[in-house]
Amino acid sequence: MNSPVNHNNFTVTQDGIADGEVLLDLRNVSLAFGGVKAITDISFDIRKGEIRAIIGPNGAGKTSMLNVINGFYTPQQGKIIFRGKERVGMKPHQAVGQGIARTFQNVALFKGMSTLDNIMTGRSVMMKRGLGWQMLWHGPALAEEIEHRKKVEEIIDFLEIEHIRRTPVGKLPYGLQKRVELGRALAMEPSLLLLDEPMAGMNLEEKEDMSRFILDVNRQRGTTIALIEHDMGVVMDLSDRVVVLDYGRKIADGTPEVVKSNKDVIDAYLGVAH
Amino acid sequence: MDSTASAAERPLDTFPKYLLWNAERFAGRPAMRHKNYGIWQSWTWKQQLDEVRALSLGLQTIGLVRGDKVAVVGSNRPRLYWTFAAVQALGGVPVPVYADSVAEEMAYVLDHAEVRFAVVENQEQVDKLLSVAEKVPSLHDIIYDEARGMRDYDPKHLHDCEKVREAGLKRLEAGGVAEGWLAEIAQGKGSDLGIILYTSGTTGRPKGVMLSNDNLVKSALHGNAFDRLTEHETTIAYLPLAWVGDHVFSYSQSYTAGFCVACPESPDTVTEDRREIAPTYFFAPPRVFEGLLTAMMVRMEDAGRTKKRMFDSFMAHARKVGERILNGEAVGTWDRLKYSVGEFLVYGPVKNRMGLSQLRVAYTAGEAIGPELFRFYRSIGLNLKQLYGQTEATVYITAQPDGQIQADTVGLPSPGVEIKIADNGEVLYRSDGTFIGYYKNEQATRETKTPDGWVKTGDAGFFTADGHLKIIDRAKDVGRLKSGALFAPKYIENTLKFFPDIKEVVAFGDGRDFCAVFINIDLQSVGSWAERNNIAYASYQELANHPDVYRIVGQHVEAANRKLASEPMMAASQIRRFLVLHKELDADDGELTRTQKVRRSFIAERYGELIEALYDGSTSKWAETEITYEDGRKSKVAATVRIVDAPTFAGASEPMREAAE
Repeated sequence: MNSPVNHNNFTVTQDGIADGEVLLDLRNVSLAFGGVKAITDISFDIRKGEIRAIIGPNGAGKTSMLNVINGFYTPQQGKIIFRGKERVGMKPHQAVGQGIARTFQNVALFKGMSTLDNIMTGRSVMMKRGLGWQMLWHGPALAEEIEHRKKVEEIIDFLEIEHIRRTPVGKLPYGLQKRVELGRALAMEPSLLLLDEPMAGMNLEEKEDMSRFILDVNRQRGTTIALIEHDMGVVMDLSDRVVVLDYGRKIADGTPEVVKSNKDVIDAYLGVAH
Repeated sequence: MDSTASAAERPLDTFPKYLLWNAERFAGRPAMRHKNYGIWQSWTWKQQLDEVRALSLGLQTIGLVRGDKVAVVGSNRPRLYWTFAAVQALGGVPVPVYADSVAEEMAYVLDHAEVRFAVVENQEQVDKLLSVAEKVPSLHDIIYDEARGMRDYDPKHLHDCEKVREAGLKRLEAGGVAEGWLAEIAQGKGSDLGIILYTSGTTGRPKGVMLSNDNLVKSALHGNAFDRLTEHETTIAYLPLAWVGDHVFSYSQSYTAGFCVACPESPDTVTEDRREIAPTYFFAPPRVFEGLLTAMMVRMEDAGRTKKRMFDSFMAHARKVGERILNGEAVGTWDRLKYSVGEFLVYGPVKNRMGLSQLRVAYTAGEAIGPELFRFYRSIGLNLKQLYGQTEATVYITAQPDGQIQADTVGLPSPGVEIKIADNGEVLYRSDGTFIGYYKNEQATRETKTPDGWVKTGDAGFFTADGHLKIIDRAKDVGRLKSGALFAPKYIENTLKFFPDIKEVVAFGDGRDFCAVFINIDLQSVGSWAERNNIAYASYQELANHPDVYRIVGQHVEAANRKLASEPMMAASQIRRFLVLHKELDADDGELTRTQKVRRSFIAERYGELIEALYDGSTSKWAETEITYEDGRKSKVAATVRIVDAPTFAGASEPMREAAE
């Protein structure tokens, strides 16, 4: 579990997966909490290099879906095939090792720590040196720290948060906290990035900024992105393909144009007289 | 490169020539710093020469030739500063443009300047230029510094600065290229057009001020000599590239004196970056100094009692002797001793907090700085001075010499500058920095610059008894009383506005017998005074009409008159009568501009009856005024406004003036 993630692996041909090929495949997945069925028999896939949106009304099972993807929940039925291998009983930290990172619907940062330190925590899974070296913080551990710090500074530059590098994140406005959280997820150099409502609670300008960052992450770093979002404008503009859930079932799947004109989707969102 | 030639043999009339010389004389000294990825990166003069040469040769490969105009758009970054020298080396003319101007404004400037190339900071600026590309037919190629987000753009006519630089480096491998580049530099002359700076222009279209290499080099040298700037200075470049001040302070003076310019990490980190760099030479408009002081005071309010008392007591001591110590005047040993303890305990830490602990010279200009604010900085030992300048003058018109500082003047004429005051009070100057003319605008040039080289500043002012220039108003706003005496409304207004109780003033007097004013009280300041004195009031209108408020305002007017009386030029326009307006002047009603400046002519029209009442001797006047609420609804406010006479004083005592001369 502590084996470092070599980012050189995450190139286009990693594990023989090229852009556009299936990275993650969910087949007939069902998840229930006691008698509550959160997800019922859902199948869809995420292709490498795309931005895949998961949308649906409240309680549709979107966040459960993300939790299934990153191994937080283990579905009772169905298969999850990631990079061509079927996954059995995986823990969230193993998801990180496999190159899956996520952000949360409610910001989950260390409030008392600075932006820099928060993003550095994203690198901790890649630190090779043991506790002894880390405590000494000299020699190889220092060299390693510098190497990781460099990567983190690149992310800080990328997200344009230089001015809050040393600010405790608890003091930051919500929009910036979201950005820091994205930064921490990026620090893991994921091949699949899961974003749970990255724009929730943001004003228009912050949304525009965040959209640009998401696009840049996708285009420039080649990161595959799966995102949950309520702002339909954002979803339709950003994503390559959209899957729509309602009451734990998949009701539509396809390009934004297809989804937008789907009758079931319109009914689910606008409500329909039965 | 002829490395043996000394300064005397070199013709040093352009910045590329200085660059070559600096790369020899200051080879290992820092020329440029830039914080990137959280670390200050440095370039020595030798490395700066390499960078400029690579960029320059690269620009040549995409077709830059002598005479081409090159727009430079972005925040303060090393590459953009190098672009200036790289373009000038080839005989091109850089045209820096305000990075925050919207696409339409930018299109006008670029088209007017006929730029062929644009070197810009990032995708944001590229997008802006591409969106107006058809309005700028001359624009051929865009070079961007930051490649982020540029992946999916059509690479035709778009170049990554890094690639351009590499192309330049590659060319150097071939023989003769370096020599060719030096030959290009040698062709440059002092009289050549060095740069075109567009003035932001509050009214009408921006005008392109053409400055020659001579203008810039000579002004920079004068400035260096005036403040004894050497290669040991450090400054932080954070003001817009397109502003003449930044071009002189961060480019011209750096090249001529050989000092280091530090570029901040991003516009948001300037305060932090300044603390790390601790500049020795620093320029900031008054609002920056105001912001620094406010931030400091807010934190002191939260400090513990002991600390607060220590701060207060030493600051009181600094107010007493700090400025005199800074001016090198005689101060008692005990006071000096106490001041140095204060330096250790309070002033030093305060300066450190502001990032000014190494400061030797700081300038402020652009607008009037509050005397209190100005004295605060000087009292803690910061050599803050004021200067008065213009783009057309290559900054320097007047500046305050060390030790001769007055809060309300802008100093003595700068070296190499002649100043005269025209009959209408307008300040005219002639200097080494006097601009060539406005680009493609003969008419504007003729209106501003006389055939014998005098330039009209558009500002009215006068010389004080000891030869310092005092700016009183815009020349076009200055009028005359019936007696023929000069009447400068803004000067009178500002004199009154220095009292915190008074928020806005409108002075009348042009073509009248005497000067009279409308006054708006400051609701916050007067309101808290009313609270302390148990004066009940329900609205601005009620408070404004309160007899005690009139009494306080009357005292302020009297004090203002005393001050006006002490100045020979102003003594005639002492305030004879005033009234406190029944409503606050408001931008929503069109009485103020959106930047909170009084629109005098509009007010004169709107309150015509009240103005007449000021002059016809009546003691009160009923007035009704329409007001507009923020949501657009209209209503009326009416009141009986009282008009009060104010005492005036005899003119300035002449002997004092003679003593000074």
